[in-house]
Amino acid sequence: MLRDEDRIFTNLYGEHDWHLPGALARGDWDGTKEFILKGRDWIVEQVKSSGLRGRGGAGFPTGLKWSFMPKQSDRPTYLVVNADESEPGTCKDRDIIRFDPQKLIEGCLLASVGMGAGACYIYIRGEFYNEARHLQTAIEEAYAAGLVGKNACGSGYDFEIYLHRGAGAYICGEETALLESLEGRKGQPRLKPPFPAGVGLYGCPTTVNNVESIAVVGTILRRGAAWFAGIGRPKNEGTKVFCLSGHVNTPCNVEEAMGIPLRELIEKHGGGVRGGWDNLLGVIPGGSSVPVIPRSICDTVLMDFDALRDVKSGLGTAAVIVMDKSTDIIKAIARLAKFYKHESCGQCTPCREGTGWMWRVMERMVKGNATVGEIDMLLEVSFEIEGHTICALGDAAAWPIQGLIRHFRPEMEQRIKQYRDVAPRVAAE
Amino acid sequence: MPKLTIDGIEVEVPPGTTVLQACQRAGVEVPHFCYHERLQIAGNCRMCLVEQEKAPKPIASCAMPAADNMVIHTDSEKAKKARKGVMEFLLINHPLDCPICDQGGECDLQDQAMAYGFDRGRFEENKRAVKDKDFGPLVKTSMNRCIHCTRCVRFATEIAGVEELGATGRGESMEIGTYVQKALTSELSGNIIDLCPVGALTSKPYAFVARPWELRKTESVDALDAVGSSIRVDARGAAVLRILPRLNEDVNEEWISDKTRFAVDGLGHRRLDRPYVRVGGKLAPASWGDAFNAIAEGFGKLPGGKIAALAGDLVDVEAMLALKELMLSLGSANIDCRQDGAKLDPASRASYLFNTTIAGIEEADVCLLIGTDPRWEAPLVNARLRKRYLRGGFKIAAIGPTLDLTFPVVQLGLGPEVLDDLAGANHSWGDVLKGAKKPMLILGMGALARADGAQILAAARRLAESTGMVRDDWNGFNVLHTAAARVGGLDIGFVPGPGGRDRDAILAGCESGEIGAVYLLGADEIDMSRLGRAFVVYQGHHGDAGAKRADVVLPGAAYTEKDGLYVNTEGRVQAARRAGFPPGEAREDWAILRALSDVLGHKLPYDSLRELRQRLMSAYPSFAEIDGIVAASWGAFGVEGAMEPVPFIYPIADFYLTDPISRASPTMAQCSAVYWAARNTPAKTGTNG
Repeated sequence: MLRDEDRIFTNLYGEHDWHLPGALARGDWDGTKEFILKGRDWIVEQVKSSGLRGRGGAGFPTGLKWSFMPKQSDRPTYLVVNADESEPGTCKDRDIIRFDPQKLIEGCLLASVGMGAGACYIYIRGEFYNEARHLQTAIEEAYAAGLVGKNACGSGYDFEIYLHRGAGAYICGEETALLESLEGRKGQPRLKPPFPAGVGLYGCPTTVNNVESIAVVGTILRRGAAWFAGIGRPKNEGTKVFCLSGHVNTPCNVEEAMGIPLRELIEKHGGGVRGGWDNLLGVIPGGSSVPVIPRSICDTVLMDFDALRDVKSGLGTAAVIVMDKSTDIIKAIARLAKFYKHESCGQCTPCREGTGWMWRVMERMVKGNATVGEIDMLLEVSFEIEGHTICALGDAAAWPIQGLIRHFRPEMEQRIKQYRDVAPRVAAE
Repeated sequence: MPKLTIDGIEVEVPPGTTVLQACQRAGVEVPHFCYHERLQIAGNCRMCLVEQEKAPKPIASCAMPAADNMVIHTDSEKAKKARKGVMEFLLINHPLDCPICDQGGECDLQDQAMAYGFDRGRFEENKRAVKDKDFGPLVKTSMNRCIHCTRCVRFATEIAGVEELGATGRGESMEIGTYVQKALTSELSGNIIDLCPVGALTSKPYAFVARPWELRKTESVDALDAVGSSIRVDARGAAVLRILPRLNEDVNEEWISDKTRFAVDGLGHRRLDRPYVRVGGKLAPASWGDAFNAIAEGFGKLPGGKIAALAGDLVDVEAMLALKELMLSLGSANIDCRQDGAKLDPASRASYLFNTTIAGIEEADVCLLIGTDPRWEAPLVNARLRKRYLRGGFKIAAIGPTLDLTFPVVQLGLGPEVLDDLAGANHSWGDVLKGAKKPMLILGMGALARADGAQILAAARRLAESTGMVRDDWNGFNVLHTAAARVGGLDIGFVPGPGGRDRDAILAGCESGEIGAVYLLGADEIDMSRLGRAFVVYQGHHGDAGAKRADVVLPGAAYTEKDGLYVNTEGRVQAARRAGFPPGEAREDWAILRALSDVLGHKLPYDSLRELRQRLMSAYPSFAEIDGIVAASWGAFGVEGAMEPVPFIYPIADFYLTDPISRASPTMAQCSAVYWAARNTPAKTGTNG
C-alpha cells in the first residue's frame, strides 16, 4: 500500500486550498526554474527513467513520446493536454483539475520545455464547467505570479498556456479528433500516419498527453525518477489515481501504487464489495472500454497495464467499475454498447455501422429474444470492427462485448432459453 | 524510390506514393469507395484494408505511404476477412432497391458486393432511414443509399470551392447535407453524381430515363463553351439522353460544367426539323428545293458586295469553311465569325489563343485577369486556376467588376486605364508581374468585345512583353473565348477578306441598305433588329433569335449530331462525333451548304466530309493535328491608341442561357431561375429585419 508521503496528489479530496498559495504550501512550483535550466534533454531523460506510462488509457511511455518531437523545428510546436475526460467510470482528471490545478500547470510548463513547445493548449471537457473555471483561475494566478507567460519562473523560457472547452463529444478525447476540434472543425479522428509529433495541431509538431501524465511530472522531477520508478512493478512503475465506482461501499478516487491487487484496492479503499467479496459478479477494471473480468480473476489480479493485459482486459484509465450479483451483466454491457453507438463519430464504416448493429443485437440479448447462434455472430461482428477502424473507438466498442461473451456466455444462453420457454406461453395466452 | 512487395510482386514506386497506388502499379486491384485520386484522402470507407507484414492490424492502403521493404498481401485470409467485414457493414444499412436505382449497372457498391461480399445478410434489425435532401434542380438525392464516403463533400470543398456540403450528426445518425437546406451553388455540381460510388446522388433530369446498358456511347467534345471538354454522349435511338465527362488531363481532367452536362435536354426542344420559307410575313414549312430556290432568288440578283455571312458560336469548322468558300465564289468578302464584335486579330494566331494552355496554368505563379470572369465563361479554366491556387504561391488579380471565383482575387480597377497604370513605374502589381517567374494574363471578351477592343489588345500585348510573359519557354498571353466556334473560325479565316465588312460594318450595312442579304450560320447572338430589311437566311438547329428573324430557315445539326471539328480556346483541334441523327429533315451543315452551292451555281468542290477535311487540312495544316496543340508564333498585333476609361462588362449575362441549346433546355431554365435569379437578389439574414 502506498505510503502517505509518497502521494503526489495531496489535495485529491479538496480538503485544502486549491488556489496558488495553497499549492505553493504543498510544494508545487518548488525548484521549477532549476529544472527548466537543466534543459530539455534532462527533463525527457528523467521522465523516461521514471518509467511513467501514459495515464490516458493506452499506457505508452511518456518520455519516449516526448522524444519523438523534433529537436529543431522551423514551425511552432505544441503541447496539448487532453482534459476531455469522458470515459464512463473515470473521474480522476476532474478532481486533479478541481483541487490541484497548479500541479497540472507546472507539469505543462515542464513538459513543454521537455519537448521544446512554446505553447500549451488544455482541451477540457465541455461538461466540466466548474472545473474549467477553477483551471482558468489557476492559470490566471500562475500568470500573475510570473510562473507562466514570458520568462516563465524567471528561467528565460517563454511559455503560453490556453484553456479550451470542448462541446461534449466523447470522440474528442481521441487525440487527433481533439486536435480537429481544437482547430474548430468537426471532431473526427485523423488518419495516422502522419502522427501528431510530425503533423499535429495546425499542421505543427504536437504531443497530446493526458492530464494525469502531465500533472505528475513536477513531483517526479522534484523527488527523482528513481523514487517514482521504485513504486510498483517493473515496466508498470509509479502511482496512479484509481476511480472506484459501482457496487462498493465507499466509492472514491484514490492514489495508489501501480500493481496493487484489485481485491486489496476494493477492500482497503472502496470499503469492500456491497454484500461482501462473495457477492462480487465481475469488475470492469479500466473504464467502460476494457473487457469485464469475472470474480475468479478479480481474486488475484494486480492492477497494472501488463497484469490486466495478461487476463485479456486492460488498465485503461484505471476506472474500476464493480458489479455485484444483483447486476444484470447483459444489460450493463448493452448500455455500454448504446454509449458507443451514440458516441461513434460516423467517419469510418465499421464503427459507424457496427456499433449500432451490436447495440441492437445486445438489446435483444437482454430480453433473450435471440438465438444461440447470434451470440457467435455478435462475437464475429465485434471482431470485424476491432482493428479495422481509424481510431480506437471501434476497439473500445468491441471489447466490452467480447469480454461479456468470453466470461458470461452461459448467462446469455440461459436468458435466451428463458425467453424461449416463456414466449410460446405468452403467445398462447 | 521505395521498393515494396505486393502479393509477391516487387514494385518500385516514386516517393509519396500510397500503398494503394503501388498496388495499382503492380497490377493488383484493391477495392475502394472513398479514395479518389483527385480528392484528398479520407480513409473512411475501410474497403481498401490490406495486410502488411509485421503490422498488428490491417492497414488502409489508400492512406498509408509506401515505404521500403514493405510486404503487402491483398489476398491473404486477414485481408479478405477485413474486406468482407467492411462490405457487410456497408450493406447492412444500404437499401436493397437496386432494381429501381438509377445507379444500377454502373454502381461501385453493386460491383464490389458481387466480388467481395457475402451471398446473404445476417442483419436482422431495421435498416436506417434518412430523409432525402433537396440539392436543387440538378442533383437528385436518395440518402438511404449513402455510404458516407464523403467524396461529394471533398469535391465541393476542394475542387468546386463551395463549402456547402458537410456531414451533420454523429455515428449512424451522420448525414451528408447542406445543414440549412439549399441548392448547391456550384457550376460544377453535376460532377458529384459521377463521384458518388452508390446511387445516393443521381441526375435529377435523367431520373428513371434509361439503364446504362441500353445506351449507345459516343466519345465527343463539348461545344457549349470554348474549353472543349471531352465528353461521352449517351444516346438511345435518336435521343441523346445524357452527357458524361471523359478523362482528358490537358483540358477538363475528369470534370465538366453543369451546362455541358445538363443542357442536353435542350437538344430535344424547339428543334428546326424542316426548312421554312417566309410567305406573307409568316414562316411556312417548305421543301428543301423551295427553300433553296427562295435563297437563289434572294441572293442571286445581288452583287457580291451586297451579301454577307455571319457564323455563330456552335458551328463546326467544316461548315464555316464551306460557307466561306461559297461566299467567296459569290464574290463576297463580307464574312465574320466574331458575332459578338470582339476585336480579335486574325492575322496573328498567338493574339487569339490561350497560349499558356489550360494545363499550363498549373505552372504559372501570377495571373492577371482582364475583363474576364472565368467562373462563368469557362468553368473548367476556373477550376484549373483554383487547383493552382490551392497548391499555394499563386497571386491573382483582376481588372473589371468584382468577381467571385471561389478563390481570392485582388481587384485592381474597373476598366482598361489600369493597363496603362500597370505598365507605368509605380504600380505595386506591375512589380509583382515583373518579379514573377511565370506570369500570365487572361484577356476576356469583356475587354475585347467593345469599341476600343483593338487598343486594349495592343495594351495587353505591351504589358505581356514588358513583364516578361512572352519568352521562348513560356507564353503567358492568353485570350479566353466564350464560343466553341471562334478559334476555328479565326484559324480558317472566316473574317472579312480584302475590302470586306466585319460584323459591325455588316450590321451597319444592313441598316443602311448597302447589304441586301445575310447568311446566318447558327448566329443567334446579334441584335436582329439591326438586320433592317435585308434578306436573311438562317441555318441552324434551334428556333432561336436567328430563325425568328429569318426569311428562309435551313435545319442543321447540333454538335451531337454531326462529325465536326472544333478548336478550343487553346487552339486545340478536337473532333466531335455523331451520336445520333438530326431530327426530321435536318441535315449536317456542310452538306446543306454543298447542296445550296449547287443551286446557286457555284458548286463546292467536295462531295464528302472526307474530301472537305482533306481540303481543310491542306489549306490549314494546323488542323492535321487532332487533339494536339501547335504553338503559335509571337508577333505584333492590336491597334495602338487611346482606350475609353469605361468599366469592362463581362460577356456572360446568364451562364445557364448562353446559346440556342441551353436556352431551349428546361433544365437550364430551372437552373437560371434557381441560381441566376438568386445571384441578383442578395440573401437576407436573420438580422437584417
